Amino acid sequence: MIPAFFADINESFWFPKQASTFAKDVDFLYDAILWISIFFFVPIVAAMIYFSIKYRDRPGYKGSTEAIHNTTIEILWSVIPTFIAGWIFWMGLVGYLDMQRPPPAGTEDIKVIAKRWNWNFKYKNGAEHPELHVPVGKAAKMIMRSDDVLHSFYVPAFRIKRDIVPGRYNYTWFQPTIEGTYDLFCSEYCGDNHSTMNAKVFVDSEEKYAKFLAEAIKEPEDLVERGKWLYERKACKGCHYAGKDGAQGPGPSYNGSWGKPVPLAVGGEVQFDENYVSESILNPIAKARKGYENASAMPSYKGQLKEEQIEALIAFIKSLESATPPTKK
Amino acid sequence: MSVVTKPVTMPAPNLVAGEEDNYLTHSSGFLSWALTLDHKRIGLMYLTCVMASFALGGILALLVRIHLWNPNLDPTQALFSNKVYNQIFTLHGAVMVFLFIIPSIPAALGNFLLPIMLGSKDVAFPRLNLGSFYLWVAGALFFLFSMFATGLDTGWTFYTPYSIESQGPVVAATMGVFVLGFSSIFTGLNFIVTINTMRPPGMTWFRMPLFLWAIYSTAIIQVLATPVLGITMLLLAAERILGIGIFDAKMNGDPVAFQHFFWFYSHPAVYIMILPAMGIISELMSVHSHKGILGYRMIAYSSIAIALFGFLVWGHHMFTSGMADVTTIVFSALTFTVSIPSAIKVFNWIGTMYQGTVSLNTPMVYALAFIFLFTIGGLTGLFLGALSTDMHLHATYFVVAHFHYVMMGGTLVAFLGGLFHWWPKMTGKMFNDFAGIVSAAIVFVGFNLTFLPQFVLGTRGMPRRYASYALEFQDLHRLSTIGAVMLGTGLLVAALTLLHSLFYGSKAPRNPWGGATLEWECSSPPPHDNFSSAPTVGDPYDFSNIEYDPKVGGYFKKK
Repeated sequence: MIPAFFADINESFWFPKQASTFAKDVDFLYDAILWISIFFFVPIVAAMIYFSIKYRDRPGYKGSTEAIHNTTIEILWSVIPTFIAGWIFWMGLVGYLDMQRPPPAGTEDIKVIAKRWNWNFKYKNGAEHPELHVPVGKAAKMIMRSDDVLHSFYVPAFRIKRDIVPGRYNYTWFQPTIEGTYDLFCSEYCGDNHSTMNAKVFVDSEEKYAKFLAEAIKEPEDLVERGKWLYERKACKGCHYAGKDGAQGPGPSYNGSWGKPVPLAVGGEVQFDENYVSESILNPIAKARKGYENASAMPSYKGQLKEEQIEALIAFIKSLESATPPTKK
Repeated sequence: MSVVTKPVTMPAPNLVAGEEDNYLTHSSGFLSWALTLDHKRIGLMYLTCVMASFALGGILALLVRIHLWNPNLDPTQALFSNKVYNQIFTLHGAVMVFLFIIPSIPAALGNFLLPIMLGSKDVAFPRLNLGSFYLWVAGALFFLFSMFATGLDTGWTFYTPYSIESQGPVVAATMGVFVLGFSSIFTGLNFIVTINTMRPPGMTWFRMPLFLWAIYSTAIIQVLATPVLGITMLLLAAERILGIGIFDAKMNGDPVAFQHFFWFYSHPAVYIMILPAMGIISELMSVHSHKGILGYRMIAYSSIAIALFGFLVWGHHMFTSGMADVTTIVFSALTFTVSIPSAIKVFNWIGTMYQGTVSLNTPMVYALAFIFLFTIGGLTGLFLGALSTDMHLHATYFVVAHFHYVMMGGTLVAFLGGLFHWWPKMTGKMFNDFAGIVSAAIVFVGFNLTFLPQFVLGTRGMPRRYASYALEFQDLHRLSTIGAVMLGTGLLVAALTLLHSLFYGSKAPRNPWGGATLEWECSSPPPHDNFSSAPTVGDPYDFSNIEYDPKVGGYFKKK
């Protein structure tokens, strides 16, 4: 237990690594407020303890019953905190405006698509990837939209957070300072798998980043590989698990399903084949599976996936084998 | 309301004659309780119900903490599935907010005490009061049934658009909240009218006990803010059923508009929760220090100030939502204005002890614990009110810890302090003071152990409402879970202490603590009509003529 307080896992007791240009200012203000709080808290508690011992009710002691009045003190303890609160507000405002002002020219623009419960990042060369890669030392601007509900883009190491609101674009930017891998969390509750809507942020050197972009643009040739590639990028992965362990997500797992009969919510069965997969992608509610009546509805992919992409996904699902088809808990 | 017409100079009240009769034994039978118009019985029924709700919410909280003992990175090994975890934290939040904290102090203690502190027979509208109670029961049953039957998983905040498409019983739950809201409005209305029209002769506004100032400020918020919650819930239901397109982006609605609507009520509701607690602490600090309260007027004014400023700060729940910069900045500035009246109150409470005679009994120990915890809760608000630090801390465990310090360390601890303080008055029984102090100590240590690690989790970047977490957070989560079990134990000790007193407690004197407000002038428990004749109104914080009488084990006012 104790090591939690001294562990080396963090750069400091309070914070993860300062990996963006904002981090230093945010941490400075945090420390400043912390010391101000201690400055108030310690005397308050000390006075409380001292008074309750010194003036405690005991035989032979009788304190005053008259309320004390001291206008000077009362004015002082109203006015001083007001000024301090004003200073904290001002510092917070300055730091906030730093984050809100337009980023330095020549940003790396990256489109962020949040969709339950996946992140998808679209890079300037058209590449798509479920992890975020940014070049070190260069301001990166996130142009974010949500395809379903509220999400929030949060990278603790950068000290930034911005909600992603369906129906509009929200923006945020940051300038990473240290190469490395950092956590990216969704920090606005978005349903069943909110807790797993995480990704990694890779802050790469200029060369490494260029190499990543060149690599990421290449779609796999092999149909099954291509299906898997799409599965990871088109937000299938967040609900439909494809692991061999038979884990069940919010939607039916793929593993071992191919060719088996599927019980339907309305009764009856249907064969898990090309037709069923294709129909379920384009019109998910047409043949809802039994046991998933209360699951969050899957959005239709009509117009978002091309015919050959659906074929690739079918090939991928078909390739998943498992001795025992997973059963819902 | 005939009390109002009584002349100022009443003869000294002769209460001894009414000593045998009390409101508990005045009449008997189920209907004498179910159809009672007596504010004391209604208060007691509220107390039973909110405590049951609190027990339910507490068990849910423990389930959350036990689930988080492990990181749950492999969902098949977790205690609950993600969906069930989401339902549990939703239920915990909703039960605690709507069924416990909001009605706890005003409806239970407020109902019992308000008329007695005013020296009157009952509230202005006793039937409306009973009606509020049944609305509460109906709303609570509706709410609980809907949630348990199918599992609400939207979080207690019902954020759109998730609440529009969630498969959970959102419409039923919103209707439950709607009905509960009316219970709250009627109670608030009743209290406002009672305080405005039924103060006894001689009790000017500034001779009112500070608890009543707090209840009055709270009632104003209840009446003005709760209708907005009602409207919001109706709009949400309309959006789900009819698809009117105000919150749903698919129909050109704006999900952030819902947040504005929701927090326009729910932020003032934070003050519905904390203001009565502050009122209790003002009473407790002065009575148990046997000393007039420092800065009576400042405390009274700051209650009103908090109630009014509380309406102007809802936007600080949405700093990261992408509101316009100017809006965000204005909300941040207004947020800091609320911190000042709260700070002043803390200084006044501490100053009240200075040169007094401090009795360290159970209510006082709870009051001191309140000051410690509430101060942490208030100070950590500064980190969240400042914009740049909030960008990092928003929606992390830091926020969870902050509001639990205010809501639980603040309101709940004050509620317990008040409950112990007025327990002899309500039941006529004295509890075991040592056991009470032990409960306060366990609650205090357990509480800090639960929530201090959560501040660190937050600054290290752990988002809230997560069913699983990275391995590096495990130690702090485990500390928190150990604290939660300890906290639960402390609360159990407190409950057992009170229950024990019902059966084995000695008879409570009229004024066991040496209070100067009117409720200490009637017998314990009070007679059906509270006072056989209207009591004389004095300064509620004048302790100079209150003397201890070892024969009865209580205090009396020297004539």
